[in-house]
Amino acid sequence: MATLAAALPETAPQTRILGASFSWWLLIAPAVILMLAFYAFPLAEVLWISFTEPEPGFGNYERLLTSAALQRVWMTTLRICTITTVITLVAGYVVAYALVSAPPRMQRWMFVCVLLPLWISVLVRAFAWVTLLRSQGVVNEALLGIGVIDQPLRLIWNEFGIAVGMVHYMIPYAVLPLYASMRDIDPRLVPAARGLGATRIEAFRRVFLPLTLPGIVAATVLVFIFSLGFYVTPAILGGGRTLMVAEYIKLQILDLIRWGVGTMMASTLLVAVVVVLAIFARVVDFRRLFGGRH
Amino acid sequence: MDRSAQAGPVANVLAWSVLLFLLLPISIVFPLSVTDQRFLSLPYEAPSLQHYVTFFTSERWLTSTWQSLVIAVFSTVLAVTSGTLCAIGCWKLSTRLTDLVRVLMLLPIIVPSIVYALGIYRLWIRLDLLDTYLGIILVHGVTGIPYVVITVTATLANFDPRLEQAARSMGANLSQTLRWVIMPRVMPGIASGAIFAFIHSWDEAVLILFIASRALFTLPRRIWDGINENLDPVMAVAACVMILLSMLMLAGDLWLRRKRER
Repeated sequence: MATLAAALPETAPQTRILGASFSWWLLIAPAVILMLAFYAFPLAEVLWISFTEPEPGFGNYERLLTSAALQRVWMTTLRICTITTVITLVAGYVVAYALVSAPPRMQRWMFVCVLLPLWISVLVRAFAWVTLLRSQGVVNEALLGIGVIDQPLRLIWNEFGIAVGMVHYMIPYAVLPLYASMRDIDPRLVPAARGLGATRIEAFRRVFLPLTLPGIVAATVLVFIFSLGFYVTPAILGGGRTLMVAEYIKLQILDLIRWGVGTMMASTLLVAVVVVLAIFARVVDFRRLFGGRH
Repeated sequence: MDRSAQAGPVANVLAWSVLLFLLLPISIVFPLSVTDQRFLSLPYEAPSLQHYVTFFTSERWLTSTWQSLVIAVFSTVLAVTSGTLCAIGCWKLSTRLTDLVRVLMLLPIIVPSIVYALGIYRLWIRLDLLDTYLGIILVHGVTGIPYVVITVTATLANFDPRLEQAARSMGANLSQTLRWVIMPRVMPGIASGAIFAFIHSWDEAVLILFIASRALFTLPRRIWDGINENLDPVMAVAACVMILLSMLMLAGDLWLRRKRER
Protein backbone atom coordinates (compact mmCIF):
# COMPACT_ATOMS: atom_id res chain seq x y z
CA MET A 1 0.00 0.00 0.00
CA ALA A 2 2.87 2.35 0.82
CA THR A 3 4.36 2.11 -2.66
CA LEU A 4 0.94 2.60 -4.17
CA ALA A 5 0.32 5.77 -2.21
CA ALA A 6 3.72 7.08 -3.26
CA ALA A 7 2.88 6.47 -6.91
CA LEU A 8 -0.49 8.18 -6.77
CA PRO A 9 0.55 11.81 -7.31
CA GLU A 10 2.41 10.81 -10.45
CA THR A 11 -0.51 8.89 -11.96
CA ALA A 12 -3.14 11.48 -11.12
CA PRO A 13 -2.58 13.75 -14.14
CA GLN A 14 -2.71 10.72 -16.45
CA THR A 15 -5.93 9.27 -15.12
CA ARG A 16 -7.60 12.65 -15.47
CA ILE A 17 -7.49 12.09 -19.19
CA LEU A 18 -10.55 9.94 -19.74
CA GLY A 19 -8.98 8.05 -22.65
CA ALA A 20 -6.08 6.70 -20.62
CA SER A 21 -8.11 5.01 -17.92
CA PHE A 22 -10.81 4.02 -20.41
CA SER A 23 -8.45 1.68 -22.24
CA TRP A 24 -7.54 -0.02 -18.94
CA TRP A 25 -11.24 -0.51 -18.21
CA LEU A 26 -11.48 -2.23 -21.59
CA LEU A 27 -9.04 -4.85 -20.30
CA ILE A 28 -11.30 -5.55 -17.34
CA ALA A 29 -14.46 -5.68 -19.43
CA PRO A 30 -14.34 -9.23 -20.88
CA ALA A 31 -13.97 -10.91 -17.48
CA VAL A 32 -16.64 -8.69 -15.93
CA ILE A 33 -19.09 -9.35 -18.75
CA LEU A 34 -18.46 -13.11 -18.61
CA MET A 35 -18.80 -13.16 -14.84
CA LEU A 36 -21.99 -11.08 -14.80
CA ALA A 37 -23.72 -12.86 -17.67
CA PHE A 38 -22.73 -16.45 -16.89
CA TYR A 39 -22.19 -16.38 -13.13
CA ALA A 40 -23.88 -13.54 -11.25
CA PHE A 41 -27.03 -13.51 -13.40
CA PRO A 42 -27.82 -17.26 -13.10
CA LEU A 43 -26.98 -17.08 -9.40
CA ALA A 44 -29.44 -14.20 -8.93
CA GLU A 45 -32.02 -16.21 -10.80
CA VAL A 46 -31.73 -19.02 -8.25
CA LEU A 47 -32.69 -16.52 -5.53
CA TRP A 48 -35.50 -15.18 -7.71
CA ILE A 49 -37.00 -18.61 -8.45
CA SER A 50 -37.03 -19.45 -4.74
CA PHE A 51 -39.59 -16.65 -4.28
CA THR A 52 -41.61 -17.16 -7.47
CA GLU A 53 -42.12 -20.89 -8.05
CA PRO A 54 -44.46 -22.69 -7.80
CA GLU A 55 -46.31 -19.48 -6.81
CA PRO A 56 -45.02 -16.02 -5.81
CA GLY A 57 -44.41 -15.43 -2.11
CA PHE A 58 -42.55 -16.88 0.83
CA GLY A 59 -44.23 -20.29 0.53
CA ASN A 60 -40.99 -22.18 -0.02
CA TYR A 61 -39.36 -20.59 3.00
CA GLU A 62 -42.38 -21.35 5.19
CA ARG A 63 -41.65 -25.02 4.55
CA LEU A 64 -38.41 -24.60 6.48
CA LEU A 65 -40.55 -24.03 9.57
CA THR A 66 -43.17 -26.68 8.88
CA SER A 67 -41.50 -29.57 7.07
CA ALA A 68 -39.79 -32.10 9.31
CA ALA A 69 -37.92 -33.55 6.31
CA LEU A 70 -36.29 -30.21 5.48
CA GLN A 71 -35.37 -29.60 9.10
CA ARG A 72 -33.84 -33.06 9.29
CA VAL A 73 -31.68 -32.34 6.22
CA TRP A 74 -30.39 -29.13 7.79
CA MET A 75 -29.79 -30.75 11.18
CA THR A 76 -27.86 -33.61 9.53
CA THR A 77 -25.81 -31.11 7.53
CA LEU A 78 -24.98 -28.95 10.56
CA ARG A 79 -24.16 -31.99 12.68
CA ILE A 80 -21.81 -33.53 10.11
CA CYS A 81 -20.19 -30.16 9.37
CA THR A 82 -19.58 -29.53 13.07
CA ILE A 83 -18.09 -32.99 13.64
CA THR A 84 -15.93 -32.62 10.52
CA THR A 85 -14.74 -29.17 11.57
CA VAL A 86 -13.78 -30.27 15.10
CA ILE A 87 -11.87 -33.39 13.99
CA THR A 88 -10.22 -31.49 11.12
CA LEU A 89 -9.09 -28.70 13.43
CA VAL A 90 -7.52 -31.07 15.96
CA ALA A 91 -5.76 -33.13 13.25
CA GLY A 92 -4.71 -30.00 11.37
CA TYR A 93 -3.39 -28.39 14.55
CA VAL A 94 -1.19 -31.37 15.34
CA VAL A 95 0.22 -31.38 11.81
CA ALA A 96 0.82 -27.62 11.75
CA TYR A 97 2.50 -27.82 15.17
CA ALA A 98 4.86 -30.59 14.06
CA LEU A 99 5.40 -28.78 10.75
CA VAL A 100 6.46 -25.48 12.26
CA SER A 101 9.05 -27.05 14.54
CA ALA A 102 10.39 -29.66 12.10
CA PRO A 103 13.90 -29.33 10.61
CA PRO A 104 13.80 -27.89 7.05
CA ARG A 105 14.33 -31.21 5.23
CA MET A 106 11.62 -32.97 7.18
CA GLN A 107 9.39 -29.94 6.78
CA ARG A 108 9.61 -30.20 3.01
CA TRP A 109 8.41 -33.85 3.08
CA MET A 110 5.58 -33.00 5.46
CA PHE A 111 4.47 -30.20 3.14
CA VAL A 112 4.41 -32.62 0.21
CA CYS A 113 2.08 -34.89 2.22
CA VAL A 114 -0.23 -31.98 3.04
CA LEU A 115 -0.33 -30.45 -0.45
CA LEU A 116 -0.42 -33.62 -2.55
CA PRO A 117 -4.06 -34.48 -1.75
CA LEU A 118 -5.12 -30.96 -2.81
CA TRP A 119 -4.00 -31.77 -6.33
CA ILE A 120 -5.98 -35.01 -6.58
CA SER A 121 -9.55 -34.89 -7.87
CA VAL A 122 -12.19 -34.97 -5.13
CA LEU A 123 -13.97 -37.66 -7.08
CA VAL A 124 -10.88 -39.88 -7.28
CA ARG A 125 -10.39 -39.53 -3.53
CA ALA A 126 -14.03 -40.43 -2.85
CA PHE A 127 -13.63 -43.43 -5.15
CA ALA A 128 -10.50 -44.48 -3.24
CA TRP A 129 -12.38 -44.26 0.06
CA VAL A 130 -15.16 -46.44 -1.34
CA THR A 131 -12.64 -49.12 -2.32
CA LEU A 132 -11.01 -48.89 1.11
CA LEU A 133 -14.08 -48.81 3.33
CA ARG A 134 -16.84 -50.89 1.67
CA SER A 135 -17.67 -54.28 3.13
CA GLN A 136 -15.43 -56.18 0.63
CA GLY A 137 -12.98 -53.28 0.74
CA VAL A 138 -9.30 -53.24 1.59
CA VAL A 139 -9.73 -52.27 5.26
CA ASN A 140 -12.37 -54.87 6.04
CA GLU A 141 -10.52 -57.62 4.14
CA ALA A 142 -7.34 -56.82 6.05
CA LEU A 143 -9.10 -56.81 9.43
CA LEU A 144 -10.90 -60.08 8.59
CA GLY A 145 -7.62 -61.54 7.36
CA ILE A 146 -5.79 -60.97 10.62
CA GLY A 147 -8.83 -62.06 12.59
CA VAL A 148 -9.59 -58.85 14.51
CA ILE A 149 -13.24 -58.99 13.38
CA ASP A 150 -15.37 -61.89 12.14
CA GLN A 151 -17.77 -59.90 10.00
CA PRO A 152 -17.21 -56.73 7.95
CA LEU A 153 -17.63 -53.40 9.75
CA ARG A 154 -20.09 -50.90 8.30
CA LEU A 155 -17.65 -48.13 7.49
CA ILE A 156 -19.42 -46.53 4.56
CA TRP A 157 -22.82 -45.35 3.35
CA ASN A 158 -23.38 -43.79 6.75
CA GLU A 159 -22.25 -40.69 8.62
CA PHE A 160 -18.96 -42.32 9.58
CA GLY A 161 -17.95 -42.73 5.94
CA ILE A 162 -18.98 -39.15 5.12
CA ALA A 163 -16.95 -37.81 8.06
CA VAL A 164 -13.83 -39.78 7.03
CA GLY A 165 -14.02 -38.46 3.47
CA MET A 166 -14.76 -34.90 4.50
CA VAL A 167 -12.06 -34.73 7.17
CA HIS A 168 -9.59 -36.05 4.62
CA TYR A 169 -10.59 -33.35 2.14
CA MET A 170 -10.53 -30.51 4.67
CA ILE A 171 -7.30 -31.16 6.61
CA PRO A 172 -5.01 -29.27 4.16
CA TYR A 173 -7.30 -26.24 4.36
CA ALA A 174 -6.93 -26.26 8.14
CA VAL A 175 -3.17 -26.87 8.14
CA LEU A 176 -2.30 -23.90 5.91
CA PRO A 177 -3.83 -21.06 8.02
CA LEU A 178 -2.78 -22.77 11.26
CA TYR A 179 0.78 -23.12 10.01
CA ALA A 180 0.81 -19.46 8.94
CA SER A 181 -0.26 -18.31 12.42
CA MET A 182 2.26 -20.57 14.20
CA ARG A 183 5.15 -19.51 11.97
CA ASP A 184 4.77 -15.91 13.14
CA ILE A 185 5.16 -16.83 16.81
CA ASP A 186 8.53 -15.94 18.31
CA PRO A 187 10.19 -19.36 18.81
CA ARG A 188 11.80 -18.12 22.06
CA LEU A 189 8.46 -17.64 23.84
CA VAL A 190 7.76 -21.25 24.76
CA PRO A 191 11.32 -21.94 25.99
CA ALA A 192 11.06 -18.70 28.01
CA ALA A 193 7.87 -19.91 29.68
CA ARG A 194 9.52 -23.26 30.35
CA GLY A 195 12.53 -21.50 31.82
CA LEU A 196 10.24 -19.60 34.16
CA GLY A 197 8.95 -22.88 35.52
CA ALA A 198 5.91 -23.70 33.37
CA THR A 199 5.41 -27.37 32.54
CA ARG A 200 5.30 -28.44 28.90
CA ILE A 201 1.50 -28.52 28.94
CA GLU A 202 1.14 -25.20 30.77
CA ALA A 203 3.51 -23.47 28.37
CA PHE A 204 1.48 -24.80 25.46
CA ARG A 205 -1.91 -23.98 26.93
CA ARG A 206 -1.14 -20.51 28.28
CA VAL A 207 1.43 -19.20 25.81
CA PHE A 208 1.35 -21.05 22.48
CA LEU A 209 -2.37 -21.85 22.11
CA PRO A 210 -3.68 -18.28 22.68
CA LEU A 211 -1.22 -16.94 20.11
CA THR A 212 -2.58 -19.32 17.46
CA LEU A 213 -6.17 -18.20 17.99
CA PRO A 214 -6.38 -16.16 14.73
CA GLY A 215 -5.26 -19.24 12.82
CA ILE A 216 -7.81 -21.40 14.61
CA VAL A 217 -10.63 -18.99 13.76
CA ALA A 218 -9.55 -18.77 10.13
CA ALA A 219 -9.27 -22.54 9.76
CA THR A 220 -12.64 -23.09 11.45
CA VAL A 221 -14.46 -20.65 9.17
CA LEU A 222 -12.79 -22.00 6.05
CA VAL A 223 -13.48 -25.66 6.85
CA PHE A 224 -17.02 -24.99 8.01
CA ILE A 225 -18.12 -23.05 4.93
CA PHE A 226 -16.48 -25.50 2.56
CA SER A 227 -18.22 -28.36 4.41
CA LEU A 228 -21.66 -26.75 4.28
CA GLY A 229 -21.96 -26.82 0.49
CA PHE A 230 -19.85 -29.93 -0.11
CA TYR A 231 -21.46 -32.21 -2.64
CA VAL A 232 -19.27 -34.93 -4.14
CA THR A 233 -17.87 -36.68 -1.06
CA PRO A 234 -21.08 -36.77 1.03
CA ALA A 235 -23.09 -37.93 -1.99
CA ILE A 236 -20.74 -40.83 -2.74
CA LEU A 237 -19.74 -41.89 0.78
CA GLY A 238 -23.27 -41.34 2.13
CA GLY A 239 -24.66 -43.57 -0.61
CA GLY A 240 -27.99 -41.71 -0.63
CA ARG A 241 -28.84 -42.89 2.88
CA THR A 242 -27.58 -39.83 4.74
CA LEU A 243 -28.85 -36.72 3.00
CA MET A 244 -26.93 -33.48 3.36
CA VAL A 245 -28.22 -30.22 1.95
CA ALA A 246 -26.23 -30.22 -1.32
CA GLU A 247 -27.40 -33.68 -2.29
CA TYR A 248 -30.95 -32.87 -1.23
CA ILE A 249 -30.88 -29.89 -3.63
CA LYS A 250 -29.64 -32.09 -6.48
CA LEU A 251 -32.45 -34.59 -5.86
CA GLN A 252 -35.08 -31.85 -5.85
CA ILE A 253 -33.93 -30.44 -9.19
CA LEU A 254 -32.74 -33.39 -11.28
CA ASP A 255 -34.92 -36.21 -9.95
CA LEU A 256 -38.09 -34.60 -8.60
CA ILE A 257 -38.06 -31.37 -10.63
CA ARG A 258 -39.28 -29.32 -7.66
CA TRP A 259 -37.56 -26.03 -8.48
CA GLY A 260 -39.22 -24.09 -5.67
CA VAL A 261 -37.91 -26.21 -2.80
CA GLY A 262 -34.58 -26.85 -4.53
CA THR A 263 -33.77 -23.19 -5.10
CA MET A 264 -35.03 -22.28 -1.63
CA MET A 265 -32.59 -24.74 -0.05
CA ALA A 266 -29.82 -23.47 -2.35
CA SER A 267 -30.56 -19.84 -1.40
CA THR A 268 -30.57 -20.73 2.30
CA LEU A 269 -27.22 -22.48 1.85
CA LEU A 270 -25.80 -19.43 0.05
CA VAL A 271 -27.06 -17.08 2.78
CA ALA A 272 -25.54 -19.33 5.47
CA VAL A 273 -22.13 -19.24 3.75
CA VAL A 274 -22.24 -15.46 3.23
CA VAL A 275 -23.32 -14.81 6.84
CA VAL A 276 -20.50 -16.94 8.29
CA LEU A 277 -18.02 -15.18 5.98
CA ALA A 278 -19.36 -11.72 6.80
CA ILE A 279 -19.14 -12.30 10.55
CA PHE A 280 -15.56 -13.44 10.39
CA ALA A 281 -14.30 -11.22 7.56
CA ARG A 282 -13.61 -8.60 10.25
CA VAL A 283 -11.54 -11.02 12.28
CA VAL A 284 -9.70 -12.86 9.54
CA ASP A 285 -7.72 -11.62 6.57
CA PHE A 286 -9.38 -13.77 3.90
CA ARG A 287 -7.35 -12.30 1.06
CA ARG A 288 -4.38 -14.19 2.37
CA LEU A 289 -6.39 -17.38 2.69
CA PHE A 290 -7.81 -17.50 -0.79
CA GLY A 291 -4.39 -18.02 -2.30
CA GLY A 292 -4.95 -21.79 -2.39
CA ARG A 293 -7.08 -24.04 -4.53
CA HIS A 294 -10.80 -24.54 -4.06
CA MET B 1 16.32 -23.07 17.85
CA ASP B 2 16.08 -24.27 21.46
CA ARG B 3 15.25 -27.95 21.69
CA SER B 4 12.33 -27.39 24.04
CA ALA B 5 10.59 -25.40 21.28
CA GLN B 6 10.38 -28.54 19.13
CA ALA B 7 7.35 -30.77 19.04
CA GLY B 8 7.55 -33.69 21.46
CA PRO B 9 7.61 -37.32 20.29
CA VAL B 10 3.87 -37.71 20.93
CA ALA B 11 3.00 -34.73 18.76
CA ASN B 12 5.30 -36.00 16.02
CA VAL B 13 3.78 -39.49 16.01
CA LEU B 14 0.28 -38.02 15.89
CA ALA B 15 1.24 -35.64 13.09
CA TRP B 16 2.73 -38.43 10.99
CA SER B 17 -0.38 -40.60 11.52
CA VAL B 18 -2.47 -37.74 10.13
CA LEU B 19 -0.08 -37.35 7.19
CA LEU B 20 -0.27 -41.09 6.44
CA PHE B 21 -4.07 -40.83 6.61
CA LEU B 22 -3.80 -38.06 3.99
CA LEU B 23 -1.74 -40.28 1.69
CA LEU B 24 -3.78 -43.46 2.22
CA PRO B 25 -6.45 -43.05 -0.49
CA ILE B 26 -3.94 -41.84 -3.08
CA SER B 27 -1.59 -44.73 -2.47
CA ILE B 28 -4.30 -47.40 -2.77
CA VAL B 29 -5.48 -46.47 -6.28
CA PHE B 30 -2.45 -47.70 -8.21
CA PRO B 31 -2.27 -51.18 -6.57
CA LEU B 32 -6.00 -51.57 -7.28
CA SER B 33 -5.52 -50.68 -10.95
CA VAL B 34 -3.06 -53.54 -11.54
CA THR B 35 -5.25 -56.26 -10.05
CA ASP B 36 -5.28 -59.66 -11.77
CA GLN B 37 -8.92 -60.20 -10.73
CA ARG B 38 -12.06 -59.34 -12.69
CA PHE B 39 -13.47 -57.33 -9.79
CA LEU B 40 -12.10 -54.39 -7.83
CA SER B 41 -9.48 -55.69 -5.39
CA LEU B 42 -5.77 -55.78 -4.68
CA PRO B 43 -3.83 -58.20 -6.92
CA TYR B 44 -4.07 -61.80 -5.56
CA GLU B 45 -1.17 -63.47 -7.35
CA ALA B 46 0.77 -61.07 -9.56
CA PRO B 47 0.14 -57.57 -10.86
CA SER B 48 -1.54 -57.46 -14.25
CA LEU B 49 -2.05 -54.76 -16.83
CA GLN B 50 -5.27 -56.27 -18.20
CA HIS B 51 -7.44 -53.35 -17.07
CA TYR B 52 -5.06 -50.85 -18.63
CA VAL B 53 -5.52 -52.73 -21.92
CA THR B 54 -9.29 -52.50 -21.43
CA PHE B 55 -9.12 -48.76 -20.71
CA PHE B 56 -6.94 -47.93 -23.69
CA THR B 57 -9.03 -50.02 -26.09
CA SER B 58 -12.40 -48.94 -24.76
CA GLU B 59 -14.06 -46.38 -26.98
CA ARG B 60 -16.18 -45.07 -24.09
CA TRP B 61 -13.23 -44.32 -21.82
CA LEU B 62 -11.07 -42.89 -24.60
CA THR B 63 -13.89 -40.65 -25.81
CA SER B 64 -14.41 -39.38 -22.26
CA THR B 65 -10.70 -38.68 -21.83
CA TRP B 66 -10.60 -36.83 -25.13
CA GLN B 67 -13.70 -34.77 -24.31
CA SER B 68 -12.27 -33.87 -20.89
CA LEU B 69 -9.01 -32.72 -22.49
CA VAL B 70 -10.72 -30.61 -25.16
CA ILE B 71 -12.99 -28.95 -22.60
CA ALA B 72 -10.11 -28.32 -20.18
CA VAL B 73 -7.87 -26.78 -22.88
CA PHE B 74 -10.48 -24.38 -24.24
CA SER B 75 -11.84 -23.35 -20.86
CA THR B 76 -8.28 -22.68 -19.69
CA VAL B 77 -7.71 -20.39 -22.67
CA LEU B 78 -10.92 -18.53 -21.84
CA ALA B 79 -10.09 -18.20 -18.13
CA VAL B 80 -6.46 -17.19 -18.70
CA THR B 81 -7.19 -14.54 -21.33
CA SER B 82 -10.02 -12.80 -19.51
CA GLY B 83 -8.57 -13.33 -16.03
CA THR B 84 -5.10 -11.98 -16.87
CA LEU B 85 -6.40 -8.84 -18.58
CA CYS B 86 -8.77 -8.25 -15.69
CA ALA B 87 -6.03 -8.63 -13.06
CA ILE B 88 -3.76 -6.23 -14.94
CA GLY B 89 -6.54 -3.66 -15.37
CA CYS B 90 -7.50 -3.85 -11.69
CA TRP B 91 -3.86 -3.54 -10.64
CA LYS B 92 -3.30 -0.43 -12.78
CA LEU B 93 -6.56 1.39 -11.98
CA SER B 94 -6.83 0.27 -8.35
CA THR B 95 -9.97 2.21 -7.41
CA ARG B 96 -12.93 1.35 -5.23
CA LEU B 97 -14.74 -0.05 -8.24
CA THR B 98 -11.89 -2.39 -9.15
CA ASP B 99 -11.87 -3.70 -5.56
CA LEU B 100 -15.49 -4.62 -6.19
CA VAL B 101 -14.52 -6.27 -9.48
CA ARG B 102 -11.96 -8.40 -7.62
CA VAL B 103 -14.62 -9.55 -5.17
CA LEU B 104 -16.89 -10.39 -8.12
CA MET B 105 -14.07 -12.49 -9.59
CA LEU B 106 -13.77 -14.46 -6.34
CA LEU B 107 -17.46 -15.44 -6.31
CA PRO B 108 -16.99 -18.89 -7.87
CA ILE B 109 -14.62 -19.88 -5.05
CA ILE B 110 -16.95 -18.70 -2.29
CA VAL B 111 -20.34 -19.83 -3.62
CA PRO B 112 -20.96 -23.60 -3.32
CA SER B 113 -20.97 -25.22 -6.79
CA ILE B 114 -24.35 -26.80 -6.19
CA VAL B 115 -26.03 -23.37 -5.89
CA TYR B 116 -24.50 -22.08 -9.11
CA ALA B 117 -25.28 -25.40 -10.82
CA LEU B 118 -29.04 -24.76 -10.49
CA GLY B 119 -28.77 -21.28 -12.00
CA ILE B 120 -26.62 -22.26 -14.96
CA TYR B 121 -28.73 -25.37 -15.60
CA ARG B 122 -31.81 -23.17 -15.87
CA LEU B 123 -30.04 -20.64 -18.12
CA TRP B 124 -28.61 -23.32 -20.40
CA ILE B 125 -32.06 -24.92 -20.80
CA ARG B 126 -33.32 -21.57 -22.02
CA LEU B 127 -30.33 -20.90 -24.32
CA ASP B 128 -30.30 -24.51 -25.52
CA LEU B 129 -26.67 -24.97 -24.45
CA LEU B 130 -27.09 -28.14 -22.38
CA ASP B 131 -24.81 -30.96 -23.42
CA THR B 132 -22.76 -28.80 -25.84
CA TYR B 133 -19.03 -28.06 -25.89
CA LEU B 134 -19.76 -24.32 -25.88
CA GLY B 135 -21.95 -24.63 -22.79
CA ILE B 136 -19.43 -26.61 -20.75
CA ILE B 137 -16.41 -24.59 -21.87
CA LEU B 138 -18.14 -21.33 -20.92
CA VAL B 139 -19.05 -22.70 -17.47
CA HIS B 140 -15.63 -24.19 -16.75
CA GLY B 141 -13.91 -21.10 -18.15
CA VAL B 142 -15.90 -18.63 -16.05
CA THR B 143 -15.46 -20.67 -12.86
CA GLY B 144 -11.71 -20.93 -13.65
CA ILE B 145 -11.21 -17.13 -13.78
CA PRO B 146 -10.67 -16.73 -9.97
CA TYR B 147 -7.55 -18.93 -10.01
CA VAL B 148 -6.00 -16.84 -12.77
CA VAL B 149 -6.94 -13.52 -11.16
CA ILE B 150 -5.44 -14.65 -7.83
CA THR B 151 -2.13 -15.88 -9.25
CA VAL B 152 -1.65 -12.95 -11.65
CA THR B 153 -2.56 -10.40 -8.95
CA ALA B 154 0.00 -12.03 -6.65
CA THR B 155 2.76 -11.65 -9.28
CA LEU B 156 1.77 -8.05 -9.97
CA ALA B 157 2.19 -7.19 -6.29
CA ASN B 158 5.99 -7.35 -6.80
CA PHE B 159 5.92 -5.33 -10.02
CA ASP B 160 7.02 -1.71 -9.87
CA PRO B 161 4.23 0.41 -11.39
CA ARG B 162 6.79 3.02 -12.47
CA LEU B 163 8.09 0.63 -15.12
CA GLU B 164 4.73 0.77 -16.83
CA GLN B 165 4.64 4.57 -16.52
CA ALA B 166 8.14 4.80 -17.93
CA ALA B 167 7.13 2.73 -20.94
CA ARG B 168 4.05 4.85 -21.55
CA SER B 169 5.93 8.14 -21.20
CA MET B 170 8.46 6.97 -23.76
CA GLY B 171 5.65 6.61 -26.24
CA ALA B 172 4.63 2.95 -25.98
CA ASN B 173 0.90 2.47 -26.53
CA LEU B 174 -1.22 0.20 -24.34
CA SER B 175 -0.78 -2.98 -26.36
CA GLN B 176 2.99 -2.43 -26.65
CA THR B 177 3.27 -1.83 -22.91
CA LEU B 178 1.24 -4.94 -22.21
CA ARG B 179 3.23 -7.06 -24.60
CA TRP B 180 6.79 -5.90 -23.88
CA VAL B 181 6.69 -4.63 -20.31
CA ILE B 182 3.90 -6.19 -18.26
CA MET B 183 3.39 -9.63 -19.83
CA PRO B 184 7.00 -10.87 -19.49
CA ARG B 185 6.96 -9.99 -15.81
CA VAL B 186 3.64 -11.67 -14.97
CA MET B 187 4.24 -14.75 -17.15
CA PRO B 188 4.95 -17.06 -14.17
CA GLY B 189 1.67 -15.97 -12.57
CA ILE B 190 -0.20 -16.56 -15.81
CA ALA B 191 1.33 -20.03 -16.16
CA SER B 192 0.41 -20.97 -12.57
CA GLY B 193 -3.10 -19.65 -13.12
CA ALA B 194 -3.37 -21.68 -16.33
CA ILE B 195 -2.37 -24.84 -14.45
CA PHE B 196 -4.98 -24.23 -11.76
CA ALA B 197 -7.68 -23.40 -14.32
CA PHE B 198 -6.84 -26.55 -16.29
CA ILE B 199 -7.01 -28.81 -13.24
CA HIS B 200 -10.24 -27.10 -12.17
CA SER B 201 -11.93 -28.08 -15.42
CA TRP B 202 -10.29 -31.52 -15.61
CA ASP B 203 -11.55 -32.47 -12.11
CA GLU B 204 -14.89 -30.68 -12.13
CA ALA B 205 -17.63 -33.12 -11.09
CA VAL B 206 -20.64 -31.15 -9.82
CA LEU B 207 -21.62 -28.71 -12.60
CA ILE B 208 -21.10 -31.42 -15.21
CA LEU B 209 -23.90 -33.50 -13.64
CA PHE B 210 -26.32 -30.72 -14.48
CA ILE B 211 -25.11 -29.30 -17.79
CA ALA B 212 -24.16 -32.48 -19.67
CA SER B 213 -26.09 -35.69 -20.11
CA ARG B 214 -25.51 -37.89 -23.14
CA ALA B 215 -23.42 -36.37 -25.90
CA LEU B 216 -20.67 -35.17 -23.59
CA PHE B 217 -19.45 -37.47 -20.86
CA THR B 218 -16.26 -36.20 -19.24
CA LEU B 219 -13.93 -38.48 -17.31
CA PRO B 220 -15.21 -37.35 -13.87
CA ARG B 221 -18.76 -37.89 -15.07
CA ARG B 222 -18.01 -41.45 -16.18
CA ILE B 223 -16.25 -42.24 -12.89
CA TRP B 224 -19.21 -40.76 -11.02
CA ASP B 225 -21.65 -43.04 -12.83
CA GLY B 226 -19.33 -46.01 -12.32
CA ILE B 227 -19.16 -45.51 -8.56
CA ASN B 228 -22.93 -45.38 -8.32
CA GLU B 229 -23.57 -48.34 -10.63
CA ASN B 230 -20.83 -50.98 -10.78
CA LEU B 231 -17.40 -50.77 -9.23
CA ASP B 232 -15.52 -51.90 -12.34
CA PRO B 233 -11.72 -52.28 -11.90
CA VAL B 234 -11.24 -50.16 -15.04
CA MET B 235 -12.32 -47.24 -12.86
CA ALA B 236 -9.11 -47.62 -10.87
CA VAL B 237 -7.22 -47.20 -14.16
CA ALA B 238 -9.27 -44.09 -14.97
CA ALA B 239 -8.49 -42.76 -11.49
CA CYS B 240 -4.78 -43.36 -12.15
CA VAL B 241 -5.02 -41.48 -15.44
CA MET B 242 -6.61 -38.53 -13.62
CA ILE B 243 -3.95 -38.62 -10.90
CA LEU B 244 -1.17 -38.85 -13.49
CA LEU B 245 -2.34 -35.68 -15.21
CA SER B 246 -2.65 -33.86 -11.86
CA MET B 247 0.88 -34.92 -10.96
CA LEU B 248 2.22 -33.65 -14.29
CA MET B 249 0.56 -30.31 -13.58
CA LEU B 250 1.95 -30.25 -10.03
CA ALA B 251 5.43 -30.95 -11.37
CA GLY B 252 4.97 -28.12 -13.86
CA ASP B 253 3.89 -25.75 -11.09
CA LEU B 254 6.87 -26.69 -8.88
CA TRP B 255 9.22 -26.21 -11.81
CA LEU B 256 7.76 -22.74 -12.45
CA ARG B 257 8.11 -21.80 -8.80
CA ARG B 258 11.73 -22.85 -8.72
CA LYS B 259 12.41 -20.88 -11.89
CA ARG B 260 10.76 -17.82 -10.38
CA GLU B 261 12.87 -18.01 -7.23
CA ARG B 262 16.13 -18.02 -9.15
